[in-house]
Amino acid sequence: MPEPYENPNEAVAPTGAGGAMDLAAGEARSLTAPERPASPVPGEPGITAPEGTGAPAGPAPGEPGGRPRSLRTDAWHQLRRNPVFLLSALLILFLVLISLWPQLIAGGDPLRCDLERSQEGSAPGHPFGYDTQGCDVYTRTVYGARASLTVGICATVGAALLGGLLGGAAGFFGGWWDALLSRIADVFFGIPVVLGGLVFLSVVTSDTVWPVVGFIVLLGWPQVARIARGSVLTAKEHDYVQAARALGAGPGRTLLRHVAPNAVAPVIVVATIALGTYIALEATLSFLGVGLRPPTVSWGIDISNAAPQIRNAPHMLLWPAGALSVTVLAFIMLGDAVRDALDPKLA
Amino acid sequence: MRRARPGPRAVRAVVAALPVLALLTGAAACGGGGNDRGRGPDAIVSSSWGDPQNPLEPANTNEVQGGKVLDMVFRGLKRYDPRTGAAQDMVAERIDTTDSRTFTITLKAGWRFSNGEPVTARSFTDAWNYAAHVDNKQNNSAFFSDIAGYEEVHPESGAARARSLSGLRVRDARTFAVTLKEPFAIWPQTLGYQAFMPLPRAFFEDHDAWLDKPVGNGPYAVRSYTKGGGMKLRRWDGYRGPDKARNGGIDLIVYTDNNTAYTDLLAGNLDLVDDVPAQQLKHVEKDLGDRYVNQPALITQTLVFPFYQRAWTRPGMEKVRRGLSMAIDRKRITEKIFMRTRTPASDWTSQALGAPGGWTDLCGDACVYDPARAKRLIAEGGGLPGGRVTLTSNVDTGSHRAWMDAVCNSVNNALGRGPVCTVDPVGTFADFRNRTTTYKLTGPFRSGWQADYPLIQNFLEPLYSTGGSSNYGKFSDKAFDALLDRANREADPAVAVRHYQAAERLLAERMPAIPLWYQNGSAGWSERVSGVTLNQFSVPVYDRIAVA
Amino acid sequence: MGRHVIRRLLQMIPVFIGSTFLIFLLVYALGDPVAALFGDKAPDPATAARIRQDLHLDQPLWRQYLHYMAQIFRGDFGTAFNGRPVLELMADAFPVTLRLTLVAVAVEVVAGIAFGVISGLRRGRPLDTGLLVLTLVVVSVPTFVSGYLLQFLLGVKWGWVRPSVSFDATFAELLLPGVVLALVSLAYVTRLTRTAVAENARADYVRTAVAKGLPRRRVVTHHILRNSLIPVVTFIGADVGALMGGAIVTERIFNIHGVGYQLYQGILRNNAPTVVGFVTVLVIVFLLANLLVDLGYAVLDPRIRHA
Repeated sequence: MPEPYENPNEAVAPTGAGGAMDLAAGEARSLTAPERPASPVPGEPGITAPEGTGAPAGPAPGEPGGRPRSLRTDAWHQLRRNPVFLLSALLILFLVLISLWPQLIAGGDPLRCDLERSQEGSAPGHPFGYDTQGCDVYTRTVYGARASLTVGICATVGAALLGGLLGGAAGFFGGWWDALLSRIADVFFGIPVVLGGLVFLSVVTSDTVWPVVGFIVLLGWPQVARIARGSVLTAKEHDYVQAARALGAGPGRTLLRHVAPNAVAPVIVVATIALGTYIALEATLSFLGVGLRPPTVSWGIDISNAAPQIRNAPHMLLWPAGALSVTVLAFIMLGDAVRDALDPKLA
Repeated sequence: MRRARPGPRAVRAVVAALPVLALLTGAAACGGGGNDRGRGPDAIVSSSWGDPQNPLEPANTNEVQGGKVLDMVFRGLKRYDPRTGAAQDMVAERIDTTDSRTFTITLKAGWRFSNGEPVTARSFTDAWNYAAHVDNKQNNSAFFSDIAGYEEVHPESGAARARSLSGLRVRDARTFAVTLKEPFAIWPQTLGYQAFMPLPRAFFEDHDAWLDKPVGNGPYAVRSYTKGGGMKLRRWDGYRGPDKARNGGIDLIVYTDNNTAYTDLLAGNLDLVDDVPAQQLKHVEKDLGDRYVNQPALITQTLVFPFYQRAWTRPGMEKVRRGLSMAIDRKRITEKIFMRTRTPASDWTSQALGAPGGWTDLCGDACVYDPARAKRLIAEGGGLPGGRVTLTSNVDTGSHRAWMDAVCNSVNNALGRGPVCTVDPVGTFADFRNRTTTYKLTGPFRSGWQADYPLIQNFLEPLYSTGGSSNYGKFSDKAFDALLDRANREADPAVAVRHYQAAERLLAERMPAIPLWYQNGSAGWSERVSGVTLNQFSVPVYDRIAVA
Repeated sequence: MGRHVIRRLLQMIPVFIGSTFLIFLLVYALGDPVAALFGDKAPDPATAARIRQDLHLDQPLWRQYLHYMAQIFRGDFGTAFNGRPVLELMADAFPVTLRLTLVAVAVEVVAGIAFGVISGLRRGRPLDTGLLVLTLVVVSVPTFVSGYLLQFLLGVKWGWVRPSVSFDATFAELLLPGVVLALVSLAYVTRLTRTAVAENARADYVRTAVAKGLPRRRVVTHHILRNSLIPVVTFIGADVGALMGGAIVTERIFNIHGVGYQLYQGILRNNAPTVVGFVTVLVIVFLLANLLVDLGYAVLDPRIRHA
């Protein structure tokens, strides 16, 4: 199962304690702190973080500040008190739970369909109504979470990592490395999704979601790479980066410690929205006959089946699309919270 | 959390940008189209169209969109009555034969092409020689393979050894003789197909110019043709046939999607949409009232078994094939998925043939939903190969995905053993065709068949005879072949039909393909036009449309 | 600067060769197109063989590719199956799609940046939340549905616009399709702008500018916006190409005979000349858009130099 918390942690990870960055962060804090009101909702110290986030958190948050806390510790400390983060974490936890055990909240069989009830509205025991094939929309929406979340999260993490790393490197190192990577991205960008999907996914077939995930990563990384490259280009011109260089920091250290944390925000923004569009892209691929195949149940398949029927049976679209919205909302909120926590000026 | 809070002015600056957007979108409002195509007998009818897939040569056109134009611009020796499908003489005055092998064809006098050229015997023989010759790469060349000398102009491989078909001989300006390779009594009735249309000299002399603006001998002449965009056809007043156009002309407009054409019809920008898309069918009556037609066409859909796979042909499998057929709830699927634009099939031909044409319910019980018997039959026959069945079809057009899901659900519900039936969607028609024509399928696959001419023979011989041109399941039965041969030689049409039906009865026994449903043609039209009907090929009969 | 542009233009040559070959390979992998030309009927072997020979489909892939490239250098992009030269198809389709893209990009720029600035400056306020909800709707409702609904409501129910686009596809007709096409990108642009604006609004130089007594409007446009635009411009630059080639659904709904439609037809019918020709031009568009974006960086942030 995908770990939804991996993504933000990856973004946090490179910004560990150290050197000039901490100095800069500390300085920013000292400048802004007095003007900043206390956290809007006082964090409850008793609350334990949802599992998965805790592990890499470094030193205990409550550690008395004898020395400036590292950015990572600081971020984590702040996240725990952020209601937006807590809400999104709860939502995601819920989604993960129903992906693992859909039968917890849905008793039916998503593949059991009675054509006689085709497109009927809600009925007792079937609150969301029926789809064209007469399957229960509620059961299918619940069961669809697994495939859709797996595709969405894995593809997003994959595209963000691959695109972020390659694009970041291109922007940072420049020169022939940039030229090569950017031009490869151009070629990949040029491949129409339909063509690539029909070819790639009819060659690599399997009953699992992985070919679809792989394909989306393959087509999605150039977009992230462009964004990452652009923001690295800006970030590396900042004074503190120049300062770090002047102080003798090597390129690797400069990139990881100073440039990346300041360039990561746009990547997070694009990734959180891309999560939604990737889940929807899976629908397009299914529609073309090369995406996930039955008996797999996914929101994408249901959305693409419901879309043409929008005038006849809007409820068919409403529920899977609503579930997709909630998922995207959770990840956008998570992305916002993580980004805020990462921003030293806000801390 | 402190933020640098910009004053109201800054926000106002941004908000000021919004009206620009509103203005941009609002400006689109003036794009609405008026209805200024006139009234009365000279009024123009606008109709939806799709880009023809091939150049508009008669012998190269094998789909409905190109067929629409050819049906307006050309008249052949015979024409199928739009309602009954009976082949009636059109340009032909009479077609004589004594041995069902050599036919003497006499043309009516006075017919002309719209550029003034007379329609002569040569107009036909030149067109047919062109169509048959391998160098011209015409899709429909196989329609001429019954004529003597076809192998010379169209060898299986290598260059042609002759310029023209030896079986065609011009006697005089209005008479020519056709010799077939072997007797084929109903051959004259195939002559209504568009591949047999006559062509003017202009076609051969300046081929490119002709393709830009086709010239024919039909009730309409092409005024202008914007490739990819549309075609304007106008009534040709020099037309000699009995079916003169009752309107001033037809504007065909290419739509990227029939849903859009339908929306344009509702908005009053279009007069006629044929082939109303499946998702609109549920509310078509609310939208159009009685301005909608849904009538049988010569199209049938089947699920063909791959007889080249041992697993589907070993003894006992005929019971399994029959059982599968009985596990499909055709009635409910045609009602719920197709909104009654399909009719549950009861044989391997088409309802549109009518009883005199040979349509009966020869499939009998095997085409009636009976889950209990289906389950028993499949068990008796030794079960599905490997306990599973996979249906294959392309999903890029039609509602193939939806009905395949429904068929599988029906089978699964009938057998009650979880998902034993699964769907294998293929992304493109081209890919699907390659799999069928190279015999790579392992389970039942979709076969859609639109007849070229309204004859029962056309539903049987190409599809199920040994080595038949479209026999993709490689079904083979000597008795079936013999009965077809006998029927083909029979001069009396009524007797021939009985022989064809006897052959079809063998299909019911062996079930090489599961009949699913007969496909209807559908059309919706605007309030200003009337008299819209479809012919048996689901093409609107344009010449009968009147504008009130 | 000049050298940078020349170098970038020279880089197009290998990209051109690489991408044409890649697309050629992909179309080749789709399989033989000839069987589908005959519809549901069996392909006549002799005719099919002749068509294959004429299209050079009977030769190995590398020879087909060399032949195709030789053709291109003679200015011949081949012929589609309906007998029309691909060059003619491109001449019809690209101007239409270009207009559609311009409308979409204009919507993205004007509305996306405006929304982004508003919600960035008003973080957490109802307006910001409202825009977030809109973003969610746009991301989770497929273009097919939003396009169809807008077309039905504006075109049929209320009769404000003509629901379909005529063959000439004027700017006025393309406004609604342009908005529909821009919707998903609008979500990205809004969120990207919002994030950058929110971040920059807290920057020291903004505080300095405010302290200096500069008018708010000037602070927003000159200081905040200019420094927030790099990710936005990057995104839009990358999006131009995606909009041009990826408008398949929008073009279908609104009856636009553009690049997406032609490309889709070409792919469905495995027509190599159409697909390779169109994609090649699209890749060139990507390269140019990308070059412009890179030059735009230097304008937005003078510290970024292109040697």
